[in-house]
Amino acid sequence: MARVEGTCGAEKDVIVIFKYEMKEEAVARILKRAQLKNSIAGIIYELTYNGVSFRLYANGKAIFRRIKNREELNEILATLLALSNNYHI
Amino acid sequence: MYEGAREKIARFVNAKDSSEIIFVRGATEAINLVAYSWGLHNLKQGDEVLLSLMEHHSNIVPWEIISKISKFNIKYTQIKSDGTLDYADLEAKINSRTKLVSLTHVSNVSGVVNDVRHVAKVAHDHGALVLVDGAQSVPHMPIDVQKLDADFLVFSGHKMLGPTGIGVLYGKKSFFETMEPFQGGGEMIKDVSFSQKSGRCSISWNDPPWKFEAGTPNVAGGIALGEAVKYLQNIGMNEVLEHELALTAYAFERLSELEKITIYGPTDVKVKCGIIPFSVEGLSSHDVALFCDNFGIMLRSGFHCAQPLHQVFKLQSSARASFYIYNNTEEVDQFVEILKELEQF
Repeated sequence: MARVEGTCGAEKDVIVIFKYEMKEEAVARILKRAQLKNSIAGIIYELTYNGVSFRLYANGKAIFRRIKNREELNEILATLLALSNNYHI
Repeated sequence: MYEGAREKIARFVNAKDSSEIIFVRGATEAINLVAYSWGLHNLKQGDEVLLSLMEHHSNIVPWEIISKISKFNIKYTQIKSDGTLDYADLEAKINSRTKLVSLTHVSNVSGVVNDVRHVAKVAHDHGALVLVDGAQSVPHMPIDVQKLDADFLVFSGHKMLGPTGIGVLYGKKSFFETMEPFQGGGEMIKDVSFSQKSGRCSISWNDPPWKFEAGTPNVAGGIALGEAVKYLQNIGMNEVLEHELALTAYAFERLSELEKITIYGPTDVKVKCGIIPFSVEGLSSHDVALFCDNFGIMLRSGFHCAQPLHQVFKLQSSARASFYIYNNTEEVDQFVEILKELEQF
């Protein structure tokens, strides 16, 4: 990840920005693990993972909603971005 | 060249003299300069400062901060349901206790253009000064500070083809001559003389504008802003305005084809500038911005540093499309087609 930002606005969502040089790989890994609910033209994907819904963008950004805290986000991202399914944090 | 840039900028806004142009980091610092140099020394308990609910945070926070020190009161002019300023409410709130009316010329959220000339007249009739936040107007339309009769006008370089980190505070010379300095250091003094007798230094201030420009100036920024102004003047500010209004009117026409788009504020280009705040049903403003980003279209999303206006509109956030001289109708078409695609989501 390059950085994590709280969104500006009352929604209090979290934007995750993946490292530019790793963004394609990050998107591919997430799409492999998360459950796809909807998508448009390979640009925006609505996904769920372990009960958490989020939207992933082809340009290497994702918006997570109703995340309890940074620890929960880190845990989800670590699993989504892990090299193999046996990866544990 | 630096002083030449100051003269260019003075002519650009029709200031009487280049000494009425102070270089600052941006509009935010300019408002802070007035708040601390004028406000702290002239506002006291019982006085009132009148702002509006469509202000950028930079024209709210400095006044709220120094009101805690100087104990003056702050009032906010209401916004009508169509997003325009409630002039009746503004006039009702101006009285003999009002010492300053600080108002944006153009809302950075809705693009509404306020009649600051009228507001200046009403304020002056009550003995109040007027600060105009021109961050969203100076880059987009002809500005004549003498016609507006603003006591202060602030704007930023990065919104008008200039670099970041440079901006301008215009002020009437008579105020700059009597105002206290903002920051201390080199350049802003005429003399710093140590007295053996008192064991202290006595200091005399430099003349305006240098009295308010402590330390090594942002020479490169000032010169670059001067060149940006020259570039805009060569195009003509009336032409800039006409181009933006034509694009905005075209965008409204095209956006009306969409079913899930809600536009906030007025859609009549007679009362606004090239800014369109909107939302897409079922999506957050950040989703809209990130989606458009994939196609190389940059939108602003969130509160746009104007949370009170979002409270007026009862919005959690908004997406904002804005136009300038480098945009064209083909880009508006592309934008609308992208939103059509997003509506399918």
